[in-house]
Amino acid sequence: MRYLPLTPAERTDMLGVIGANTVDDLFVDVPAEARLSGPIADLPMHASEMAVERHMAALAGKNLAASQVPFFLGAGAYRHHVPASVDHLIQRGEFLTAYTPYQPEIAQGTLQMLFEFQTQVARLLGTEIANASMYDGSTACWEAVAMAGRVTKRSRAVLCSGLHPHYVSTVRTMARFTGDVIEWAAPRLEAAADEVGVIAAIDDQTSCVVVQYPDILGRIPDLAAIAEAAHAHGALLVAVVTEPVALGLIEAPGNLGADIVVGEGQSIGVGLQFGGPYLGLFGCREKFVRQMPGRLCGETVDAEGKRGFVLTLSTREQHIRREKATSNICTNAGLCALAFSVHMTLLGGEGLSRLARLSHARAQQTAARLARVPGVPGVRVLNDVYVNEFAVVLPKDARDVVRQLADNRILGGVSLGRLYPDAPDLANGLLICTSEMTTDAEIEALGQALEGVLA
Amino acid sequence: MNAPNASGWQPEMGNAEAGTSPTASGDRALMLEEALIFELREPGTTGVDIDQPAAPPLAGLARFLRQDIAALPGLSEPETVRHYTRLSRQNYAIDLGPFPLGSCTMKHNPRLNEKVARMAGFADLHPLVPQQAAGGAFEVINELAHWLITLTGMHGVAMTPKAGAHGELCGVLCIKAALAARGDTRNVMLVPESAHGTNPATAAFAGFTIENIPATAEGRVDLAALMARLGPDVAGVMITNPNTCGLFERDMKTISDAVHAAGGYVYCDGANFNAIVGKVRPGDLGIDAMHINLHKTFSTPHGGGGPGSGPVVLSEALAPYGPLPFTARQADGTVLLIEEQDAAAEHPHSFGRMAAFHGQMGMFTRALAYILSHGADGLARVAEDAVLNANYVLRSLDGDLDAPFGGSGPCMHEALFSDVGLADGFSTLDLAKGLIDEGFHPMTVYFPLVVHGAMLVEPTETESKAGLDRFIASLRSLAQRAKAGDESLKSAPHFAPRRRLDETQAARKPVLVWKGDAAA
Repeated sequence: MRYLPLTPAERTDMLGVIGANTVDDLFVDVPAEARLSGPIADLPMHASEMAVERHMAALAGKNLAASQVPFFLGAGAYRHHVPASVDHLIQRGEFLTAYTPYQPEIAQGTLQMLFEFQTQVARLLGTEIANASMYDGSTACWEAVAMAGRVTKRSRAVLCSGLHPHYVSTVRTMARFTGDVIEWAAPRLEAAADEVGVIAAIDDQTSCVVVQYPDILGRIPDLAAIAEAAHAHGALLVAVVTEPVALGLIEAPGNLGADIVVGEGQSIGVGLQFGGPYLGLFGCREKFVRQMPGRLCGETVDAEGKRGFVLTLSTREQHIRREKATSNICTNAGLCALAFSVHMTLLGGEGLSRLARLSHARAQQTAARLARVPGVPGVRVLNDVYVNEFAVVLPKDARDVVRQLADNRILGGVSLGRLYPDAPDLANGLLICTSEMTTDAEIEALGQALEGVLA
Repeated sequence: MNAPNASGWQPEMGNAEAGTSPTASGDRALMLEEALIFELREPGTTGVDIDQPAAPPLAGLARFLRQDIAALPGLSEPETVRHYTRLSRQNYAIDLGPFPLGSCTMKHNPRLNEKVARMAGFADLHPLVPQQAAGGAFEVINELAHWLITLTGMHGVAMTPKAGAHGELCGVLCIKAALAARGDTRNVMLVPESAHGTNPATAAFAGFTIENIPATAEGRVDLAALMARLGPDVAGVMITNPNTCGLFERDMKTISDAVHAAGGYVYCDGANFNAIVGKVRPGDLGIDAMHINLHKTFSTPHGGGGPGSGPVVLSEALAPYGPLPFTARQADGTVLLIEEQDAAAEHPHSFGRMAAFHGQMGMFTRALAYILSHGADGLARVAEDAVLNANYVLRSLDGDLDAPFGGSGPCMHEALFSDVGLADGFSTLDLAKGLIDEGFHPMTVYFPLVVHGAMLVEPTETESKAGLDRFIASLRSLAQRAKAGDESLKSAPHFAPRRRLDETQAARKPVLVWKGDAAA
């Protein structure tokens, strides 16, 4: 057993020190009737490294990876190129195998990285401060709703129709148990984002308006107008960014009046990984800091006056406050935050801007190609404006089209029917996403395959 | 051999040997200082080669365009690699030595796990590909689910919770949903005072009223107090087993039966499952829900504070309420993954979705590789060696440090000591900081709260005997110094990248982001 260093002779010696005859004597407090006498039946015994690697490779081989085929999926998870140095650095054992930095004298590596991460996130989102990360975008979104409730002492949240449906479900699940009231309606296949509907739904009981930017259909809502309406009613604007690369091109939500900005950080440095682990981004106004969830890293000095970093304001947190904590969150997404931070350090604001522009150019190119796909009544590109993701309306159920494309080894987008199984009027919608990795050949392959499937 | 201090240096010799003369750089040989990235470069540069596209942005985007590029520097690859490599050297890690944080299970992270998670079919797989393109991913989830259900003797498992505390939330929401389904409004959750802080925080978040249950003098839940409190207003109890004092709750089955008889449910905090995996199944003790920290028992890396993964195994009574996507054992023994589109038919009572997508897939692949490596036989050996190592530490040191429950019998996977017997003015914190100078990560300190100046040592099964002997020798030496009143201990650590940090200043005027360019 290659992960267990004790030898039989050492075990015997150690039992002698302890004063026990057998290892089983150490389990004497486990009631005999519940104690297992041998390995659990029907489970395999130990296996060599080679055998496990073979087994896992066979399972991996049954999946269709993004890198294998023309690829156009987004909808909350994005494929961007991750520089080789990112994965190398996060595999350094000093980062990979460290714990939460409770002993700051020997965790300055993690702590300084988190301080840099918080600064990068705040500047990216346009907020005054940011925390050391949440589990993912969807849970960060719920935490923002809960925090807005604490700040405003109100419990009615208005979600824009363009909020990712998994985020909507997550918020609704939590609200069912906390008693918060959640207003939400499914999106409609219209080119305009729903500022009007959102603004009309705000009243004097509203704690916050939650607006995805760009939204699930790739549309760009007018955050400044919504912020003004929310603030006029004493409500907060929570902006949700699922594709942070977009903020290399369009204005940061914090600069448009958003009070809390949360996001999914996966698209910078983290990779697709079938949905997790991802990285929750969380920024807000500094005056709300004591209502924030999650870990915060702060600057201080040591006994010799040298600059150093510590986890701070932990009086908000569960291990101190127990049932009065702002959140039950304990872990953050430390290693994903490191991946994000390393990638962001390589990119800088300048590289991010270029990355966003190139991803956007690929989207324009793709939209133009799809507009040429003939069909009755044809493929219609929904959006007037978008960054690197847009919706098209097909002449038939997009779920079938996506399956047929996959049969032809093309991952051709995310069908709205997959995301909204209960909304038949959205069934013909298909989300198309591009990035700097999208090639001319992939765009042409998608166009031709769609022509074939829709013929 | 294995002399803990071959140089013969003694603390009372002071600090001179570490070198007090300043250097021009501020560095000292391999002790390297590192500036912030914002101090290394101004914004305006990038370390990634990306061409500017020929086409301008869509005309309609004009009113949305970002006015200023985010004020972030871009460092070249050599600068970036050096920055993070230098930072990494200021971290202690399992790869460098024992990391005996009680309740955290800092075991070796096998590198096969890392290799497997990076296979393109897993790492580069989008969560919303059509199901025909993700057959292998669903097999991973089902295979891991089968192991978790079988190892715990439970009925179903919610795979999506993102971490232990998220798993706790999943479990208490299942309890809440089960009560609601029968129209029951009971709302008191009983939590032992030795519980992790996440337990009461989670239950409070879900709307339960928390009541504490005391511990007995031998470090276990006070059975009589708990029994006396059961009644029609008690929704359930959250118990950690093995508990945070490092002891197995012998009366677990009795407690479960009584809670069930009173109409409540039993939540088990599974943070300490490493001590009993393969030795006893929580399902046999009447548990209704238990989260499993894949980053503890099943060796996925802690990564400096995450990501975690906290699947929750559920009893037959609670499984119908588990979140979507959900994994349940079918009548024929196979395990089935249920998503939204099939929920109405297959899992209609689900309390809903807890997070986007399918859970921490990157942790599932790692945990499955680990589980398959050990197999059913190896996992039982994991628990045995973890318990053996902890008892070895307990009995090697119980003459040097006060072991408040040393008389309660063998401990499980962690050894608990208190600060009783240290000289006046010396604290648990001093021992912890002294361990840093000795080249070890300290144990968990001041937890559990039921012991004064608690020190909770969890060596895990991946420590060798030689490594334990070095740790024991260091802790013994520190205990002797603290009893003898060696003042130098109070200012430890002396040799770490930083001396003790001013946490009060950090909290009083929080500086959470760099503002060095604010004046410009």
